[in-house]
Amino acid sequence: MAALHETTATATVPRQRSAGGFHAAEGRTAFFFLLPSLLGVTLFLVLPIIASLVLSFTNWKLLGAPAFVGIANYVRLFTADPQFWPVLRNTLFFTAEYLVLNIVISLGLAVWISSLKMGQRWFRVIFFLPTFTPTIAVAIVWMLIFAPDGLFDSVMSALSIHMPSMLTDQKLAMQAVVIVSLWANVGYNTVLFNAALDMVPVNYLEAARIDGAGAWARFWKIRLPLISPTLFFGTVMTAITSLQVFDQIYVMTRGGPGNATATLGFAIYQRGFENFQMGYASTIAWVMFAMIMALTALQFWLQRKWVHYDN
Amino acid sequence: MTTKPRSARTTLVLDLINHGALALVALLFLFPFFWMVSNAIRSNAEVLAIPVRILPNVFQWGNFIEAWTQLPFGRFFLNSAIVAVSVTIITVIVSCLSGYAFARLKFPGRDTLLMAYLGTLMVPAIMLIIPLFLIVNNLGMVNTFQGVILPVAFGTFGSFLLRQFFLSIPMELEEAARIDGASRLRILVSIIVPLSMPAIGLLSLFTFIAQWNNFLWPLIVMTGADNATLPVGLTLFKTQQGTAWNYIMAGAALSMLPGIILAVLLQKLIYGSIALNSGMGGR
Repeated sequence: MAALHETTATATVPRQRSAGGFHAAEGRTAFFFLLPSLLGVTLFLVLPIIASLVLSFTNWKLLGAPAFVGIANYVRLFTADPQFWPVLRNTLFFTAEYLVLNIVISLGLAVWISSLKMGQRWFRVIFFLPTFTPTIAVAIVWMLIFAPDGLFDSVMSALSIHMPSMLTDQKLAMQAVVIVSLWANVGYNTVLFNAALDMVPVNYLEAARIDGAGAWARFWKIRLPLISPTLFFGTVMTAITSLQVFDQIYVMTRGGPGNATATLGFAIYQRGFENFQMGYASTIAWVMFAMIMALTALQFWLQRKWVHYDN
Repeated sequence: MTTKPRSARTTLVLDLINHGALALVALLFLFPFFWMVSNAIRSNAEVLAIPVRILPNVFQWGNFIEAWTQLPFGRFFLNSAIVAVSVTIITVIVSCLSGYAFARLKFPGRDTLLMAYLGTLMVPAIMLIIPLFLIVNNLGMVNTFQGVILPVAFGTFGSFLLRQFFLSIPMELEEAARIDGASRLRILVSIIVPLSMPAIGLLSLFTFIAQWNNFLWPLIVMTGADNATLPVGLTLFKTQQGTAWNYIMAGAALSMLPGIILAVLLQKLIYGSIALNSGMGGR
């Protein structure tokens, strides 16, 4: 293949005499074109990844010299730190609930929108709007809604539903975070799935209808399998971002009440930039990375059971 | 079980109900936006008043101007614009150059390097926060615009996106220019870039929005209140003056405005790009 390319290249550019000289010049050009990107990627991506791993084996506290402590940070994290297991549990709880609700709601909305004869694009825009706005602003607005004796509490008492105020309750605070995250992000998957549904060939559905398949059967037997690769893509991406949840929690609860809403993302910030435990925070970051990899690998393994690719 | 043929009138009624019901859901979904504006234009006492009122007693539209002058929202707005625009410009230039090298130039190790670039996309941003802060600190760039801008301006996604687009441009278009002796840079600037405006526009849009909305990174680097971007500024007022809810809502509305405008105006471009994603999900 490479030889073929060379011959066609020399044939179409007759001024280049030797294939070797041609490559050297092109290689030089490529080097200069790639230089800005390579410098940036090396300094701000490769170096930090390595530094983060090295830091996770030190006890560096920003001031003073770092000392190498081996796997002590990891040991402390899993055996001695009283906050780690609640934080891990909160993160997994949030991810599981948010992921399932996000996919179910966005798929529901996508199907509903695709059933419309008019105004599809306006509905898409409406549900997409929050995803283009700062999560911080979204969280602040919802904080006002959930404030004690605020709008949400008023509506609940008007409906005679007696419940404690969301953000100050140990059990309910995480539910508030889930609601806000759903409102903020469900639009992206809605548009994604809606676009996939639009690409399902109409004649497949027509053929099924003629064969007597009802709307329900057409959805489960035809549309869902056909969009399953997109569904898989959306699920993987949503899982990756939800494990990193931070902004909403920083604004609405600061991990509280107690540590009811402290997640891995929030713990990294707290350890790193409130307590300046750079080494220990890096350890938590690598645990998060490992979890993201594990969850993604799990999803890739599971996809064989439910994702249909047409070859 | 066959579906009975419905009369035209029944179909029309069902359609109307279907549209109306989703419109109701959409209205409910939009309510937080309404609540934000409704609280931005009332007095602070009325924001906190019990019982809660849906509409203000007195409409104080002047609050938007008050918030802008009383709190440094103008400054925050400017800071956010500087950061988001600078990152976008650097990202587009760097990605055009590297994307062209990946798409059109032959050099040893090209495919390996491209795979490495793709691999970095899996690294979660929050993991790099600590070492990045240490690097910025070592470079003496804490609390500076360079410190916020540079570390997030060299993402590898743009290189990959533009490479894919450049590959779809017919080779013949640049071969004529090369025979005339045009340099690669000249070809990139005067032939490839003008043809790639949809992809470059998309990269610009998503980079700008991501940076405009970014919170954690500017929160860490910008230690002084004067240099805060809008999202960071919004949280400062929560703690400092605590109770100016009406102005904070006005600031939140202000911070949402560019994203809302872009999402409405560029809905076709956004839908097209997400549709492309959904197509690629299968590959």
